[in-house]
Amino acid sequence: MSSATTTANAVAATRRRHTRSLASQRRWALYGSYAALVVFVIMFLIPPFYTVMTSLKTSAEISAQSGNPWFAHNPTLSNFIELIEMPDFQYFFMNSVMITVVTVVVSMVISVMAAFSLARMGFWGSSTLATGVFLTYLVPASLLFIPLFQILGFLGLINNVWCLALVYPTLAVPFCTWIMIGYFSSIPKELDEAALIDGAGYVQMLLKIFIPVAMPGIIAATIFAFTVSWGAFLYPMAYLYSMDQMVLTVGIISDLVRGDVFQWGKIMAASVLAAAPPVIIYAFLMDYYIAGLTSGATKG
Amino acid sequence: MSQVSIRKVVKSYDGDVQAVKGIDLEIEDHEFVVLVGPSGCGKSTTLRMVAGLEEITDGEIWIGGDIVNDVPPRDRDIAMVFQNYALYPHMSVFDNMAFGLKLRKVPKPEIKQRVDEAARILDIGELLDRKPKALSGGQRQRVAMGRAIVRHPKVFLFDEPLSNLDAKLRVQMRTEIKKVHQTVNTTTVYVTHDQVEAMTLADRVVVMNQGVIEQVGPPQELYHNPGTRFVAGFIGSPAMNFLPCRVQNGAGGLTVRVGDSMVLPVPPARKERYASFKDREMILGLRPEHLYEYHDDSKPGVARVEAPADVVEPMGMETMVHFFVNGIPVCARVDPATHAVPGETLPLSADLNHMHLIEPETGRVV
Ligand SMILES: Nc1ncnc2c1ncn2[C@@H]1O[C@H](COP(=O)(O)OP(=O)(O)O)[C@@H](O)[C@H]1O
Ligand SMILES: [Mg+2]
Repeated sequence: MSSATTTANAVAATRRRHTRSLASQRRWALYGSYAALVVFVIMFLIPPFYTVMTSLKTSAEISAQSGNPWFAHNPTLSNFIELIEMPDFQYFFMNSVMITVVTVVVSMVISVMAAFSLARMGFWGSSTLATGVFLTYLVPASLLFIPLFQILGFLGLINNVWCLALVYPTLAVPFCTWIMIGYFSSIPKELDEAALIDGAGYVQMLLKIFIPVAMPGIIAATIFAFTVSWGAFLYPMAYLYSMDQMVLTVGIISDLVRGDVFQWGKIMAASVLAAAPPVIIYAFLMDYYIAGLTSGATKG
Repeated sequence: MSQVSIRKVVKSYDGDVQAVKGIDLEIEDHEFVVLVGPSGCGKSTTLRMVAGLEEITDGEIWIGGDIVNDVPPRDRDIAMVFQNYALYPHMSVFDNMAFGLKLRKVPKPEIKQRVDEAARILDIGELLDRKPKALSGGQRQRVAMGRAIVRHPKVFLFDEPLSNLDAKLRVQMRTEIKKVHQTVNTTTVYVTHDQVEAMTLADRVVVMNQGVIEQVGPPQELYHNPGTRFVAGFIGSPAMNFLPCRVQNGAGGLTVRVGDSMVLPVPPARKERYASFKDREMILGLRPEHLYEYHDDSKPGVARVEAPADVVEPMGMETMVHFFVNGIPVCARVDPATHAVPGETLPLSADLNHMHLIEPETGRVV
């Protein structure tokens, strides 16, 4: 046999070995990622699971030492019913919803318009301003609440739930603006120019082109603003004290924990109810969020 | 009334770099004018100033009898097709085409009728419900053109609309654009870097180089009578051959001497024109098709030259032969039946009746 064949065989062998090792590397990488994912899924799902289970138990069952604590043996909705009938809980819920809706709307209107002008209008100092907006976001919220307390005190808004509608947008707007600048900047310049030539002004360009095309970004920013408002703990804790002005996060803790008496069943039921809106909204918006909308604008 | 006049227009970016250095151009109603030139010569800038997307540093632009320097794009009554199509990704093809009309508050039935008409012209009737991402490159290009057509504007502006298409589709769409222009007959300014596109589409070609207009004229005119060395070299493929030469008195009158070995007779019709350049260093320009396989027909102005072929490229209809004269590459276009072999000397006829004599200092064709 010629030496050429030998070489060819050797090359083929090397290639085979190489492929095998690639395939096995890939397999091990998969094993590793699945293992990590399983650990994380368990870690993240156990608390909500336990919350739901506990919310379905009677106080007697919760305090009972016997039986498997992971399952509700005589599931009941009594915690939920009692909770919904509590006037305080109704206040909390309504206040949370109100403040969150206002926060999301105000934050999105401000940040979309700010991002559009910063990303597209290119006025003097616009890029510096864009950096400035992001730097604002880097200031920790826990540093801000004392100065904000003074401002709200000056405005006479302490212990008024609407003070949150003033405070939350200041937290949400910088980050939302920053997200939106990123999305708007990724829209090809020719799209504006086509719209300009087609007869659109800046407002129409924003409403008819930019907002629909940047919908994934709008949804991401909306979710962020929603989370800031719905989940905030520090600010309502610091600024509100009467029950009719309270929101869910702080209200649940302060109303259902009296001294060292924890009404576990109701606390858990309240948590389930408080967690429901974000879960529903995320599930609903995720589809839009994932679907990329920019493809097909240009040659792509 | 849709002439476009560009008068002494200057564009400088950031105050110093002049992208367009004072150009003048009159475009007639219904005319198809192509701006052509190498990348960075200021074609797009010129077009964008006509569109109103770029401010005019100095000079005037008129569209249909009105000065438009300070008129925003939407009020200039123009439509533009971009290189990357710039379709609105979230709208169907119908809505893409209808967008400009809706903004102008055209009644719904008329919008529908105009879109249908454009769709028929462009043969995209079945695509009206699709989103741009479900279209091929050629279809997107058609939609972009449709968006311009439905507007019935005074002027169409195209900025390299075909450069993103593959070679075959480009030729097909080129014909399409020509056909559309013949149908709707709208004044058109078309930008391209491809001289073939320019030649095939244009009523008049505007050759630009480094921010100035080198020459304006119908394609044939530019091809046969280029005004400058730049135009001579830019228009035509393969490009014109350029050889340093000297105009001298020789046997039988004025001759062009290329290097030491090659002496070519100036055809009688050109003798007077070239006499004043006697004994000066000049450049001889000769297109490849005027350098062909040798025929012994002793036409005036045709001379026999010989050169060893370096590379032979059969193309089917013709064969390109590359060789060197005094170290300068030269291309000849010969009949495919010619026996041309690399390394062997090939007798050729040089038809100097089509020669160009260029002043090296100014680049002017004399
Ligand atoms: N926005 C801009 N800022 C600065 N220089 C620019 C800008 N746009 C174009 N130029 C410059 O102007 C010149 C002409 O550009 P352009 O008109 O786009 O050329 P082309 O003929 O390739 O279309 C180029 O040198 C380019 O670098
Ligand atoms: Mg260009």
